Amino acid sequence: MKVNGQQVALKQGQTLLVFLTAAQYDCRTIAVERNGVIVPKAEYESICLEDQDTIEIVRFVGGG
Amino acid sequence: MQVEINGNKREVAGRTAFEVRDWLGAASDIVILNGFQIDKDYPLTAEDTLTIIRKGVMPEREELASMMAARHTPAVHKKLQQGRVAIAGLGGLGSNIAVMLARIGVGHLLLVDFDIVEPSNLNRQSYYIRHLGMPKTQALQEQLTEINPFIQIETRTVRVTADNVVELFSDYPILCEAFDKPDAKAMLVNTALQKLPGVTIVASSGMAGYASSNLVKTTHPLKRLYMCGDLETGAGIGTGLMAPRVQICAGHQANMILRLLVGREEI
Repeated sequence: MKVNGQQVALKQGQTLLVFLTAAQYDCRTIAVERNGVIVPKAEYESICLEDQDTIEIVRFVGGG
Repeated sequence: MQVEINGNKREVAGRTAFEVRDWLGAASDIVILNGFQIDKDYPLTAEDTLTIIRKGVMPEREELASMMAARHTPAVHKKLQQGRVAIAGLGGLGSNIAVMLARIGVGHLLLVDFDIVEPSNLNRQSYYIRHLGMPKTQALQEQLTEINPFIQIETRTVRVTADNVVELFSDYPILCEAFDKPDAKAMLVNTALQKLPGVTIVASSGMAGYASSNLVKTTHPLKRLYMCGDLETGAGIGTGLMAPRVQICAGHQANMILRLLVGREEI
């Protein structure tokens, strides 16, 4: 699948939450778009990623 | 032939820009032709907007409006006057963005913040000693009214939560995320993108410290989300927030908002 413009090898049957945790994202400070649609946080756990998915992950750091 | 002069259509009878200045004012007056201050004479055509400003003289209210608008290209100014922008968070980013949007004449601003002005805000936020202890909404509204009395400003002194995002922002097609805490930024962006189908968000991430100015940029990572900042440098112990970089980021956000208001969606 494609993550932030890069091709990434997908492990079989991985949920979005498992992928994000393995990639060390803090789910409280990100927004995720899957195939052009924003993913509600409550669905991170139930979404099974697929090879043809395009994922964009935005991470916020503090300051303003 | 009629030309718009200081907000009113007037017959110029073949006069050039400087001939009109000498006719209505004095040779030392500032002359602005279609948004540009001129120092050599030009002929006038019917589409022209001419502004003649006497230095050091307080104009009447209506004349002031056209003088203030003189630096904007007329077609741009009309689009900005119709613009509606909500700013969530009135700290180093939000207060400076609001000042810029007021200066360029964005017609409708919503200012949202729950907090009051503290001494530690003054290193980067658009507030003064006299504002200490005041709600930021009120302190900022006061300044904006002094900068541009011709725009409408709405304020809400509340904390933004997932439960009030729709109620607060549904009337504003452009939402500026200007919070400080990363979880609050993410909450606003996630909630607004899910619940406000028409909204475009201009958000920020990474502007602490004094690393190169040139690392701060505007990006367009999600369909209805623009992000400004270096995307890396969070505020932390030993990496404080300082006026220059925070204002560079605020400038990126304000310029992206301006671009969206005139119909430019590319970064």
